[in-house]
Amino acid sequence: MTEILDILVSAAFWTAVLRIATPYVLGTLGELLCERAGVLNLGIEGIMTLGAMAGWMAVYQGADLWTGVLFAAFCGALLGLLHAVLTVPLGLSQHVTGIGVTLLGTSLSYFVYRLVLPQASTPPTVTPFQPLDLPGALAQTPLTYLAFALVGLVAYVLYRTPVGLAVRMVGENPAAAEAQGLSVTGVRIGAVMAGSALMALAGAFLTLSAFNAFFFNMVNGRGWICVALVVFASWRPGKALLGALLFAVFDALQLRLQQVAGGVLPYQVFLMMPYLLSILALVLVARRASYPRALMVPYRKGER
Amino acid sequence: MTVTTSAMPTPVAARADGKAEVVLRLAGITKRFGPLLANDSISLSLRAGEVLALLGENGAGKTTLMNILFGHYVADAGSIEAFGRPLPPGSPRAALQAGIGMVHQHFTLADNLSVLDNVAVGTERLWRPWSDRGTAKRRLLDLAGRFGLGVRPDALVGDLSVGERQRVEILKALFRDARILILDEPTAVLTPQESAGLFETLRKLTADGLAVVFISHKMNEVFAASDTVAVLRAGKLVATHATASTDREKLAELMVGRAVKPPSPAPLAPGEPVLALSAVTVKSDHGRPLLDAVDLTIRRHQVVGIAGVSGNGQTALADLVSGLIHPDAGHAALKGETVDRADPAAMVRRGVARIPEDRHSAGLVGAMAVWENLIAERYRDPAFSRLGVLRRGAARAYAHDVIDAFDVRCPGPDARTQLLSGGNMQKLILGRTLAHGPDLILASQPTRGLDVGAVSYVHGRLLEARAAGAGVLLISEDLDEILALADSIAVIHHGRLTPLLPHDRVSVRQLGLLMAGHWDILPEIVDAA
Repeated sequence: MTEILDILVSAAFWTAVLRIATPYVLGTLGELLCERAGVLNLGIEGIMTLGAMAGWMAVYQGADLWTGVLFAAFCGALLGLLHAVLTVPLGLSQHVTGIGVTLLGTSLSYFVYRLVLPQASTPPTVTPFQPLDLPGALAQTPLTYLAFALVGLVAYVLYRTPVGLAVRMVGENPAAAEAQGLSVTGVRIGAVMAGSALMALAGAFLTLSAFNAFFFNMVNGRGWICVALVVFASWRPGKALLGALLFAVFDALQLRLQQVAGGVLPYQVFLMMPYLLSILALVLVARRASYPRALMVPYRKGER
Repeated sequence: MTVTTSAMPTPVAARADGKAEVVLRLAGITKRFGPLLANDSISLSLRAGEVLALLGENGAGKTTLMNILFGHYVADAGSIEAFGRPLPPGSPRAALQAGIGMVHQHFTLADNLSVLDNVAVGTERLWRPWSDRGTAKRRLLDLAGRFGLGVRPDALVGDLSVGERQRVEILKALFRDARILILDEPTAVLTPQESAGLFETLRKLTADGLAVVFISHKMNEVFAASDTVAVLRAGKLVATHATASTDREKLAELMVGRAVKPPSPAPLAPGEPVLALSAVTVKSDHGRPLLDAVDLTIRRHQVVGIAGVSGNGQTALADLVSGLIHPDAGHAALKGETVDRADPAAMVRRGVARIPEDRHSAGLVGAMAVWENLIAERYRDPAFSRLGVLRRGAARAYAHDVIDAFDVRCPGPDARTQLLSGGNMQKLILGRTLAHGPDLILASQPTRGLDVGAVSYVHGRLLEARAAGAGVLLISEDLDEILALADSIAVIHHGRLTPLLPHDRVSVRQLGLLMAGHWDILPEIVDAA
């Protein structure tokens, strides 16, 4: 017990929490944006992988770090466009399409990586974003600050601007949005592309900030956690931040507990802990979550 | 007033002042859905300050016409002119910009958003970096005050009553400066008091120079609210009249294409009991009594009407007779056999025909074919399945027979059920339940939402079944329906049921008092009878 307390009061622990939370914050915001418009985006895992690869690859080829980040977001938006075109105007199953996009994004990333670097046995590295020179837990890279700023921005856009109202409306009742002269197809495609760009940013954070290279399997299920965090957050950006931080606390804690108590329990038990606690939190919180009413319902004009 | 033909664009009857400008002109609107001619060269015009009632049976093409006007559908032929300018087809946005607002029958509101959000969405430039909520709110409250449409801007739509939601829908149109307002069956979901409030609002709107089209199949509304009435039948405009110069019978005849006679049940001597409830009590999950020591006997050749304000135990009574719920105390018997624990399938086997209250959710499976719905109650019957395999040929042939016998208007047994109009869905249910000579018919709100023609059809079929020896339990919130059909009437209030009162010994006033819970007048009725 005292070990846990020791960990919780150390500044290094909280530095780690904020760093670990960053991709979850970005990914959850992206997924939240898609789902608020009524489109479930299970392509998130593949889009994050593509973002990680594309961002890193751009920098490796000589672009500067911010150009790499923008390029990652652009690639994510493109994959999002694919998902949106299949699910919105064509009305295909969002689950099946999303899984397809994940498989495509992941294998495409590995394929391009191997195409450019066929021989590399140890992954080549780039110089990543450096932590700002600030005291304690504030010593984070710019992407982490960007992620936390985006929480406020997404919340502002959703709740305070006409375009945010349009996004929420097409996710709640597309027929009503259409009757008010909005283009349901246009708004949904836009929201999915923007959301996917955020997911790709989450990926780019991994290769350009948390690490300095691209590995296979480096996204490692973070996308799926984001999908669950959206439900945990009841589709609200503020709660999404909270959820991402909570998960990061569990994750950072298990890493340290492994070191402390590794001799007693097999380390897999600790690896399991954040997921177990997330499921528990989901059960407690999300039972009374109110879904966007039109989530996963394809909209076809003029159908009764 | 003369009856005009459809092809001629006849100006509608002028209002008292006679000079108001024509704000809307439909010319030769034609629309086909596959083989169905939904609108056949319809021409109409509307003046500022006028209320036009579009009257017609279900499936006559009223809603299609208005959906074309509002841009949900594109007409195959014809043109629309609003305020002297042609309206581009197929664009709700263009219709909104031209000053046309539509209140749909099924409200197009988002429950999880506030009233203000619902009203304001799409009214600002999409890429404005902020919403001007303050101005929008002031404007909303101003409109609400001017036209007597009280709403709370910050309330969630999901928390509002049906009447309030309709006010939000109307405000949505007014917020966008609609000068022409289309209302699709606005009163179908309202209480009589709310309807009266709506008509009051319409008067304020037309006094302000708006033109209103409202779609209806209820006569009394047409007379309560409209200046002009246009009658549609089978996709054609059959007449346009000044409302004041016509009468109910004439309109009903125009609408249905023949004279409609009110049902006149021949007196029949009641036979043996088919349903006997003795001191049946049913409690809710929270222990509140839904039915409280109910005694009820229904005999062959007898229609028993249950009158009452909705929510007083009618649903529990219907569920009990369907076998969906069971008595917590007391006994239920069908043809002398106890059925206290019978499930719905057993009740059907014992001769109960059910016409459920909500045909969409409890009566039919919309996504399935007509023939599948028709055999839904007896698909295990050897006639329709053998060794666990459906006999599709036999089922389709049977469906064909029922479709013919019950005049279900549909493309055929394979049509998807949700494409049928409400009246035809109800005929489908009647066909499913009445084709086998039931002993007891449970009819819950059997004509809710149906038009004159379909109502008269349903009533006729129920009376036929009564003549053939069935007992009918008619649960209805429409007092006129009960008075027209029932041999005996019982009033339900807070789960308690009055004794049966002969229909010719009880007045509407007395029924109203009983429905409101004034059971102290019971002795005088029972003694007189």
